[in-house]
Amino acid sequence: MDILKFTQEHDAFRKRLKTFLAKEVTPNVDQWEKDHIVPRKIWQEFGKAGFLCTSISGEYGGIGGNFLYSVIVSEEISYTVHSGLAVGLHSDVVVPYIDSFGSQDQKAKYLPGCVSGDIITAIAMTEPDAGSDLSAMTTTAVEDGESIIINGSKTFISNGINCDLVVLAAADPAVGNRHEAISLYLLEADTPGFKRGKQLDKMGWNSQDTAELFFSDCCIPKTNRLGDPGAGFIQLMIKLQQERLVCAMGAVFAAERIMEFVIDYCKKTMISGKPLTRSQAVQFAIVEMTTQVKLGKTFMEKLCVDHMEGKNIVIDTSMAKYWTTDMVNEIAERSMDLCGESALLESNPIARAKRDVRVMSIFAGTNEIMKGISAKFMGL
Amino acid sequence: MFEFNKSHKEIQKAARDFAKGEFDKTYTLELEEKRKFPDKIWGKAADLGFIGIQFDEKYSGGSLGIFEAALIAEEFCRIDSTMGMALTLCASGSEAVYRFAENDLKEKFLSKICEGEMRCAIAFSESDHGLDLSSINTSAVIKGDKLVINGEKAHVTDIGAKGFYLVLCKTDPTNDSPEKYLSMVLVEADNKNIFLEDSGEKFSLNMMKSAGLTFKDVKMPISNIVGKEGKGFHQLENFLNEMRIITAAQALGTAQGALDRAVEYIKQREQFNRKIAKFQIIQHKIADMATKVELARLITYKAAYLFDEGRIETALISMAKMTAARAAVEVADEAIQLFGGYGYMKESEVERFFRDAKMAELKFGNRAAQQDIIGRAVIGKIKRKRK
Repeated sequence: MDILKFTQEHDAFRKRLKTFLAKEVTPNVDQWEKDHIVPRKIWQEFGKAGFLCTSISGEYGGIGGNFLYSVIVSEEISYTVHSGLAVGLHSDVVVPYIDSFGSQDQKAKYLPGCVSGDIITAIAMTEPDAGSDLSAMTTTAVEDGESIIINGSKTFISNGINCDLVVLAAADPAVGNRHEAISLYLLEADTPGFKRGKQLDKMGWNSQDTAELFFSDCCIPKTNRLGDPGAGFIQLMIKLQQERLVCAMGAVFAAERIMEFVIDYCKKTMISGKPLTRSQAVQFAIVEMTTQVKLGKTFMEKLCVDHMEGKNIVIDTSMAKYWTTDMVNEIAERSMDLCGESALLESNPIARAKRDVRVMSIFAGTNEIMKGISAKFMGL
Repeated sequence: MFEFNKSHKEIQKAARDFAKGEFDKTYTLELEEKRKFPDKIWGKAADLGFIGIQFDEKYSGGSLGIFEAALIAEEFCRIDSTMGMALTLCASGSEAVYRFAENDLKEKFLSKICEGEMRCAIAFSESDHGLDLSSINTSAVIKGDKLVINGEKAHVTDIGAKGFYLVLCKTDPTNDSPEKYLSMVLVEADNKNIFLEDSGEKFSLNMMKSAGLTFKDVKMPISNIVGKEGKGFHQLENFLNEMRIITAAQALGTAQGALDRAVEYIKQREQFNRKIAKFQIIQHKIADMATKVELARLITYKAAYLFDEGRIETALISMAKMTAARAAVEVADEAIQLFGGYGYMKESEVERFFRDAKMAELKFGNRAAQQDIIGRAVIGKIKRKRK
């Protein structure tokens, strides 16, 4: 039984996407990994081809598709074995803030560009001293007549170099309750006082332009606040469910790709004249790993259905995020063990895969935070 | 049992002081980026006697044991896993020359290793996957007073230095038992008939380049056979034992270094209005990490101590290598997690400790290879079913 019911439209979309990625993305990945960034052009091509922001309605240039389109994009992107073209982040994490909480004017102004790829987005929550604890953020947003003045800095921001529009979380210092002080703002990258800091050198995600962002007396119109003042924390809580599900999808699909590679490797690699898969230990390892991936996938797909039905699955998505991202890390590491010394060469895709997946148990709320949230909502 | 004597304490302190004084994470990152070996630091380490400490004084060694060599590897890797690995791997292969070769060969090469004039590298494996004796095809054929070497070796680590390769060759192609046809041959690196194919970027230890080597009619004197011809198979086990002890010690230091950094970080990082070290879950993670480091230390020291006593227990050594490397991987991985987003940045060091730990786990036989050795040794002979 298929948990996710893909239609013919979905299948046709997938087919077009597969062709696009094979032609426009996969051949360039090694270069992008060296460049530590992807060209803006590929975002535009991806958008023009209709693959960005599939949930956005036709009114703004989207196809108004259901969440299964996001699943398809996540799955197909996993075949490209890179993280630079962070379309899942853009389409399924950042842009939904504008779509759900934006005013008519904000939507009309920004959504068409988000869909076409002319506007690349980033979300700026994390600060050097406010990671797991978002309420500790020190970036301030002070109302000044019809304007809002932003001061502070953010770090570990994906798409930090390429972004044209930042969904920014900042606190009003006049409000005592930290949770009620935070609002989300739309900040255009050409706003005076906005500066991109250095690009961060990371263990993996080499093709992703992760950066620090700085705001120094950045003046934006008051109309660029998303929703009511002080609604930021609640908006984040609402949207984090989908973000965590997107993480679980990424983890499961990455794990599937790793298993495909490592099974093939073990079948083809000969030791003492026999394929590695003749080793009982190798067989058991592959069976155990495949079981884990299947369990993770079943859980993730079930949550996709719940999510599409509009259920509140904050506990389950938190659990899925931590479990699947731990799982993919274990799968990647055990795959390195199976590959032996060849896994120590970057020419072996497992080396990059391991470096890339390591961040998954950290970003979008560390796995420790996921367990804390689950415990809280379970009433423990 | 493991009370350090005065000499141990002095060596440990000297190694720690040296590493603290010389190693610098910014410089390490630069060398990793440029794929350049730390020539100057290596020279200083050799001057101070950290290279070849287990070799006899007449070869400029320290006349000490593998225990002392392990202490150096541990301390170096604790301060910087990558620099530590590079400095304690750059003489890999010379151990076999010291243990098995005739005096002439030792005199010619070992002093230069200890004095930092030469480095050496192991050229055993011919498959990408790792050492598979059945795949060894490189031949060293005796012609007059020369050996003529032909064949290809996979991903030899530490290329481009003045020095030699320790090459596992078939010296008797007519024999079909590896126990008889394998020999170790010392091949000087500056030979125009050796061709290198760069293996490119690696998961870790980029400051030591790796390359595939092709030998095309490389001529060496017969006296370059390390020890007796046809003894390569037996030498291999002893040699790997020694390398595995050093690897265990490197891993131990890497684990300790990752733990040190994690403890320091959680005591200064504040979230939710308190130091994260105050959280129970963080304390328990640290407890598990510290326990793993301590277990790794116990078994590594025991294996090294017994080796120096002449009680070379292959299974114990494999257990030490497997345990210490696993500890290093798990402790460094947890350190990344404790550092959060910062742990994923190269600047934090712990992600590099993790990558170095994983290398320690995969080289000189992965976990499964050690399990094969340990399982066979523990189970012993299995009686055949009576017919």
